[in-house]
Amino acid sequence: MSIAPPDLPVGKNRGALDATADAEASGYVEPKTIRVKKRLTSRTATVASLIIALLWTIPTFGLFISSFRPAELIRTTGWWTIFTNPGFTLENYQDVLLSTSSSSPQLGSYIVNSIAIALLATIIPLVFASMAAYAFAWMRFKGVGVLFVIIFALQIIPLQMALVPLLQIFSTVLRPMQAWLHDIVPIIPEQNYLPLWIAHTIFGLPLAIFLLHNFISEIPADVIEAARVDGATHGQIFFRIVLPLSVPAIASFAIFQFIWVWNDLLVALIFSGGTQDVAPLTQRLAELTGTRGQDWQLLTAAAFISIIIPLIVFFSLQRYFVRGLLAGSTKG
Amino acid sequence: MTTADLLGKILQVVMGLAVFAAIVGLLIFFIDKAPKKGRDYWQLVGFLAPAVILVAVGLVYPAIRTSILAFQTSSGAWTFDNFVWAFTQPAAIRTLINTVIWVLLVPTFATAVGLAYAVFIDRSRGEKFYKAILFMPIAISFVGASVIWKFVYEYRSGDREQIGLLNAIVVAFGGEPVQWLQTDPINTILLIVVMIWVQTGFAMVVLSAAIKGIATEQLEAAQLDGTNGWQRFTNVIVPGIRGSLVVVLTTISIATLKVFDIVRTMTAGNFNTSIVANEMYTQAFRASEIGRGSALALILFVMVLPIVIYNVNVLRKQREIR
Repeated sequence: MSIAPPDLPVGKNRGALDATADAEASGYVEPKTIRVKKRLTSRTATVASLIIALLWTIPTFGLFISSFRPAELIRTTGWWTIFTNPGFTLENYQDVLLSTSSSSPQLGSYIVNSIAIALLATIIPLVFASMAAYAFAWMRFKGVGVLFVIIFALQIIPLQMALVPLLQIFSTVLRPMQAWLHDIVPIIPEQNYLPLWIAHTIFGLPLAIFLLHNFISEIPADVIEAARVDGATHGQIFFRIVLPLSVPAIASFAIFQFIWVWNDLLVALIFSGGTQDVAPLTQRLAELTGTRGQDWQLLTAAAFISIIIPLIVFFSLQRYFVRGLLAGSTKG
Repeated sequence: MTTADLLGKILQVVMGLAVFAAIVGLLIFFIDKAPKKGRDYWQLVGFLAPAVILVAVGLVYPAIRTSILAFQTSSGAWTFDNFVWAFTQPAAIRTLINTVIWVLLVPTFATAVGLAYAVFIDRSRGEKFYKAILFMPIAISFVGASVIWKFVYEYRSGDREQIGLLNAIVVAFGGEPVQWLQTDPINTILLIVVMIWVQTGFAMVVLSAAIKGIATEQLEAAQLDGTNGWQRFTNVIVPGIRGSLVVVLTTISIATLKVFDIVRTMTAGNFNTSIVANEMYTQAFRASEIGRGSALALILFVMVLPIVIYNVNVLRKQREIR
């Protein structure tokens, strides 16, 4: 087979990034680097990078400012006139989050949905993928290599290829099961998160297996063999040795998958049903953009709420996120 | 949302976690207690089964099924009509052309700007901060990004004050405000801008890491040879990061081909802005034209394929050189 996963420039990038991150962390920069740096940066470059940085920030900044302006001011004046048309209010946020009137977006339930979906849609693929990655890396069997390449290659199948039949499978197999669940435990609505959890798990698996395999296969063979000699079973090796050692890889993929699921719209549109019971925040926001496209006071606040959680995750765990992204730069 | 609703949702999550933990626990238990004879084999099966079954049922089978559905009418008879439709109807052709424009413009611009920025800020003071700024849109959903940019493109008729930044700039320079998202063909370009805005940070981060992998000695040697900044860029930096450039271009191309949310949220594909990924959704799930939707999904897959094959070939050649 022509596809050769271990040769993707993943390791190299990761190493380079770590090296710089470490250098930055310790505040130590080679003198030689400084000399070269001076020659590489020019005034034009600084100006250009400033302009790019501004262009990339202004749109979000405008939305952020607007979300705190009274509805009337948003409708009639540009946000950049904030100093000549001052006005600050939390009403927009109150309205989209707390208001129970049927005309308001009632984002509360959708936020809970997004959290519920993203939580399990991150944990399940991670556990199954790390088990599979361990098997692919440390269990020698005929055909295992080919199977791994097949799973790796599945990354190139666009989601779109799977949607129609998967929906058919869900409606014939999963729907009755959900109805049955509802009958036993009435508090669980008939429309529940199960289809979304399963769909996100399936779509996340190929990449997760590939990334975790890269990492797990680099655990020194001595460690695993020593445990085998001491009579440890595969289950024990997996839980006591492999999982703890793989925490950095697991963390970076977890963040990646969490943000991916949180931001997803396509899977949600097809498998959630779109009700307050199940639909995530992105779906509600997209809906508002369609039906309430002119209510900017609602849209700006709602959009900001929807981006704040991935941004918090991103800024607090940036280093892991970047690492996952570099390693995942082949996601298809 | 009532308290009962919230309790129901929490219960769902707890039950979901409990059931999942039970499944994994049982699996591991049986793996360790597998019969002596063929134990290694059973252990392998136990570890691989969940992932393999899920992927087989959820990806492999559906992909095959979609390929078949693309060649069938709604009653199940074999036909090429879906593809004839996709390649002859003016609206469908426009969708294909738009997709090609997207996949040409987004990777090119996102990579070019990302690379320029990465070079400009390389080892400068505040590099981390600069990176975070450009990188931030990656954490924002496409839906969120669409709302952000819809606000920039907002239009107010007549002499009313513009609240969208773009029209405000146009008016400030004495122009007439434009209904950006309704005006073909500028609307497609403006949607593409959103995708570039999102993807540039990704290109920048990967390329920046690659640039740091270039030996300082190489740059110094070039410096001693009397090269200027541009020559060092084209002769040292670009060859040094070629592999990463290919990965970045490929990844962004594939992401662009599959992007759906931006078009869906900003114009819903109206005003001649639709692209294959969006049209696939519209046909299969809105218009219930399963055959057409499947045909579009297959076309999308065929469009992704050459990019991936190219990528694999480049990587293989690089390995041979090394």
